[in-house]
Amino acid sequence: MYPEDLRYNKEHEWVRRENGRARIGITHYAQEELGDVVFVDLPEPGSTFQAGEAFAAVESVKAVSDIFAPVSGRVVEVNEALADRPELINEDPYGEGWIAVFEMDDPSELDGLLDAEGYRKMVEG
Amino acid sequence: MTRAISGYHLEGSVPLIFEKGAPGRRGYRLRERAVDELPLDELTPPEHQRQQDAPLPEVSELEAVRHFIALSRRNYGVDVGFYPLGSCTMKYNPKVNELMASLPGFAHVHPYQPEETVQGALELMYNLEKYLCEIAGLSRATLQPAAGAHGELLGLMVMKAYHESRGDHHRVEVIVPDSAHGTNPASAAMCGYKVVQVGSNERGSVDVEQLRALVGPNTAGLMLTNPNTLGLFEEDILEIAHIVHEAGGLLYYDGANANAILGRARPGDMGFDIVHFNLHKTFSTPHGGGGPGAGPIAVREDLVRFLPVPMVEKDGDRFYLDYDRPDAVGRIKAFYGNFGMLVRAYTYIRTHGPEGLRRVSERAVINANYLMRRLAGHFELPYDRHCMHEFVLSGVRQKKQGVRTLDIAKRLLDYGVHAPTIYFPLIVDEAIMIEPTETESKETLDEFVDIMLRIVREIEEDPDLVRNAPHNTPVRRLDEARAARQPNLCWCPPVEGAAGE
Repeated sequence: MYPEDLRYNKEHEWVRRENGRARIGITHYAQEELGDVVFVDLPEPGSTFQAGEAFAAVESVKAVSDIFAPVSGRVVEVNEALADRPELINEDPYGEGWIAVFEMDDPSELDGLLDAEGYRKMVEG
Repeated sequence: MTRAISGYHLEGSVPLIFEKGAPGRRGYRLRERAVDELPLDELTPPEHQRQQDAPLPEVSELEAVRHFIALSRRNYGVDVGFYPLGSCTMKYNPKVNELMASLPGFAHVHPYQPEETVQGALELMYNLEKYLCEIAGLSRATLQPAAGAHGELLGLMVMKAYHESRGDHHRVEVIVPDSAHGTNPASAAMCGYKVVQVGSNERGSVDVEQLRALVGPNTAGLMLTNPNTLGLFEEDILEIAHIVHEAGGLLYYDGANANAILGRARPGDMGFDIVHFNLHKTFSTPHGGGGPGAGPIAVREDLVRFLPVPMVEKDGDRFYLDYDRPDAVGRIKAFYGNFGMLVRAYTYIRTHGPEGLRRVSERAVINANYLMRRLAGHFELPYDRHCMHEFVLSGVRQKKQGVRTLDIAKRLLDYGVHAPTIYFPLIVDEAIMIEPTETESKETLDEFVDIMLRIVREIEEDPDLVRNAPHNTPVRRLDEARAARQPNLCWCPPVEGAAGE
């Protein structure tokens, strides 16, 4: 539920560090709260976002939710598979359900995020 | 599947009308033409002419009647049963409204008729505007918007025109609470505004300190529902209005919950500058099923000049449509709004009168508080204070038992009750939003409580019964996700000679 190798923000996004890049998605808890995802609004590759800024949106049968950038950077890759199969977010949130890859402006921003234990405590209270 | 020819079966789906009938079958024949036929090419250029006949259903009158009666028997409306859909005010729509709207002088007028021949219709619009202004506590109103969200958009256009008339081009931010109806930020975005969210405090009201920190020279206005979507009265409304006005912004009233305040409190007195009403909620015009709705807006004196054309004016004994309004935001609807709805709302206001409307709100609030207190022990009540016309429970206790709010809503259908609004407002986990309205009797409310308590027991004793609901409806649990991911909105005629599915 809370992979050890990831960092998390309080808005239920996860980051996986891949050298200077960051792969980003939403957590298992987030997809469960949202319910079945029916549409994902992906950012344009090349666009830049500050940490905390909304860079994508996920629409479920219940609501539309902004997805906030956990780190600042430039979008270098988006998960095109989500266009046809938004359910990947529900089925495999930490794997095939990733949303985008950022070229990070400042990898030290990762230090400000929660680790798996911190995120677990936040969710489970 | 065999299709029962008995009309008593409510099982299964109803075939489309396109799947019925036979080529050449007719239910109606047009009368013989009284005028000469014109060559089609004279009326429509050949490239715009259809090359093949449209594949319209070919059925007898009886087949058409049975088809639509079969569909109507699967329909659920407030004339059928209890409909506690929070935030939607599904009150009973008195039949006298329909009677008035069907009077030939109202039903058969044409929008291009000369003004002298529609004086009664204009007088009704003129008077309805006055009544709505009195209820809102504001100066003038337009009846044109076709729905609440349309009224929101127009209200924001008026807000924008006001700021621009003052040279305040930098006012680009509209503030909305985190409990707002989704239409508020959507309307603001559509009007070109940047949406800024203000949080709620532990009492479920706008966090005044947060608001104070958010307003500034870029603030165009605040959109607020009062009572808010939690069904709670914004007790700090005077201070909120002061903060927004002092920053140079305007205060917009989302009238979705106006059923709670009729004749008791006026948005204009609270400090609101622009107000919309949903005639299809508060003033008992039909609702759902595609409407049409009506979302008039009322504004304070110095905003009147921005209201759209035309306005109904009176000169001596004569009513007329005024198009000479140079500062108006333009037209926002063909002709004059959904006139039939205006007749119904007018009828509702006249049959109730001021005292009757006060009682409407009083009873709506008492009914909601009664239901809330009877259910509070069995569900979480996140904001435990007196509610107005609706209240929000949370299904978190049941969620821990493995049954979600969605399942409870589906199980209610088995008992013949329309489900409440669920998962809204977004700030309440597993939200169940219940609005009984004033038109329900105590017996109906008690029956609803009995059903809810039965479901609570079922969750303890046989949770799968609830998790797999509904069981007694024409179709079982629908796959909402698949419907959204792969919507199938077309019907294709079966290909001749092709094998079955």
